[in-house]
Amino acid sequence: MPWTLACATDDIDEEDLIRWDHGGQTFAIYHSPDGEFFATAGLCTHENVHLCDGLVMGHLIECPKHNGQFDYRTGEAKRAPACANLKTYPVKVEGGRIFVEVA
Amino acid sequence: MIKRNYSPFGPDAQRAVESGLTAAEWYHTDVPRKVMKDLMARSDQPAIRDTIILYGCMILFAGLGIALWPSWWSAPFWLAYGVLYGSASDSRWHECGHGTAFKTPWMNTVVYEIASFMIMRNSATWRWSHARHHSETYLVGRDPEIAIMRPPELAKLVLNVFGIIDVLKFIPLILRNAISGPTVEERTFVPQSEWGKVRRVAIIYVAIYAVTILSAVAWGSLLPLLLIGLPRMYGAWHHVMTGLLQHGGLADNVIDHRLNSRTVLMNPISRFIYWNMNYHVEHHMFPMVPYHALPRLHEVMKADLPPPNRSIAEAFREMWPAIRRQMMNEDYFLRRTLPPTARPYREDFRQYVPGMMPTSAAE
Repeated sequence: MPWTLACATDDIDEEDLIRWDHGGQTFAIYHSPDGEFFATAGLCTHENVHLCDGLVMGHLIECPKHNGQFDYRTGEAKRAPACANLKTYPVKVEGGRIFVEVA
Repeated sequence: MIKRNYSPFGPDAQRAVESGLTAAEWYHTDVPRKVMKDLMARSDQPAIRDTIILYGCMILFAGLGIALWPSWWSAPFWLAYGVLYGSASDSRWHECGHGTAFKTPWMNTVVYEIASFMIMRNSATWRWSHARHHSETYLVGRDPEIAIMRPPELAKLVLNVFGIIDVLKFIPLILRNAISGPTVEERTFVPQSEWGKVRRVAIIYVAIYAVTILSAVAWGSLLPLLLIGLPRMYGAWHHVMTGLLQHGGLADNVIDHRLNSRTVLMNPISRFIYWNMNYHVEHHMFPMVPYHALPRLHEVMKADLPPPNRSIAEAFREMWPAIRRQMMNEDYFLRRTLPPTARPYREDFRQYVPGMMPTSAAE
């Protein structure tokens, strides 16, 4: 799978996320409180709301519409009404740039 | 004028889906991300303080009520206890259901379960009905939490000031839930994975009420029922009063919360009981913001909102004539003027959905 440049590391505040659209898909890219970066599908599995307006708390992302939560490292749904897991994508950082391996 | 059908299996529900209304993106006021992150930040401290005050006052008032029983001098303490039991539980159910009141998840869960029991809402069912209320606020046939259906039924509204309609609905429903899980209608918004939980919660509720009633009979005293169950009726008035103002008299089938929700400035006691849900437009637009940050959110976005009502009385003076008009003409709704600083209302879909009146006909 190709690695695709998504953004720069300093585009995302620590303990926050941004939206990244690519190839007709929308993704969410996270900057964890311990300095790591992760990527998931950009829409909540509950009702297709963009997660980019949500709240990152530690390693959880909370959906801005219904407060469903996911662990963005694994995609696991952690709080109702989110039941289905989020798809996650591999991320690598090179020279201050974030690459996502999109399927 | 088209008659609204509020059934989840009715034609309005079907058309709301077919027209794309249910999948539409709702209007949001622009709030800078950094400001919103600050507003969304969670904290245990305000909710712990408020919960200690709430439960402390409930114990105090109930204790004084019991000590003075059966004298009429106990009545004021029962009335105060009743409002905390039968009205403050509504807002605690709501905020903890969103998971925003406390930072610590188990604290939200504990207060949510206690409040759900007190307000007579199956905690497993209502978590899902409220998710739908936020996705599809006041979309006819889709929102299961529409408090004032059109045309409004005045007698039901008045009876519910004492919780009569809610309790009469709750009793057969919780028994059905305890026997067979969620009803057919509830299964339209509760996922199958939760049906067993709906039944387990109902069995626990029925057991608690059964013990309470048996205690009252065994002791020949009303006291057990004054403590558990009846305050949902004699203390309901405050949550009904504030709850009706949330959306009463405003538009339905729209995708802009400024058109279907109302913000009302209130006295501090009502705001404590209601946990700041008087900032209702703000809450619906940004449900991630905890109750204690809603006054700050209001300041951030008020230039984009219709002016808030200045008091509960003023809000009723605005809402009540609209409700009376809706009794004669169910298409009527209040369309409040936006300030010049606001972006225009989003009025998409109005022409596609039955039950909507043209903009020009609204007053």
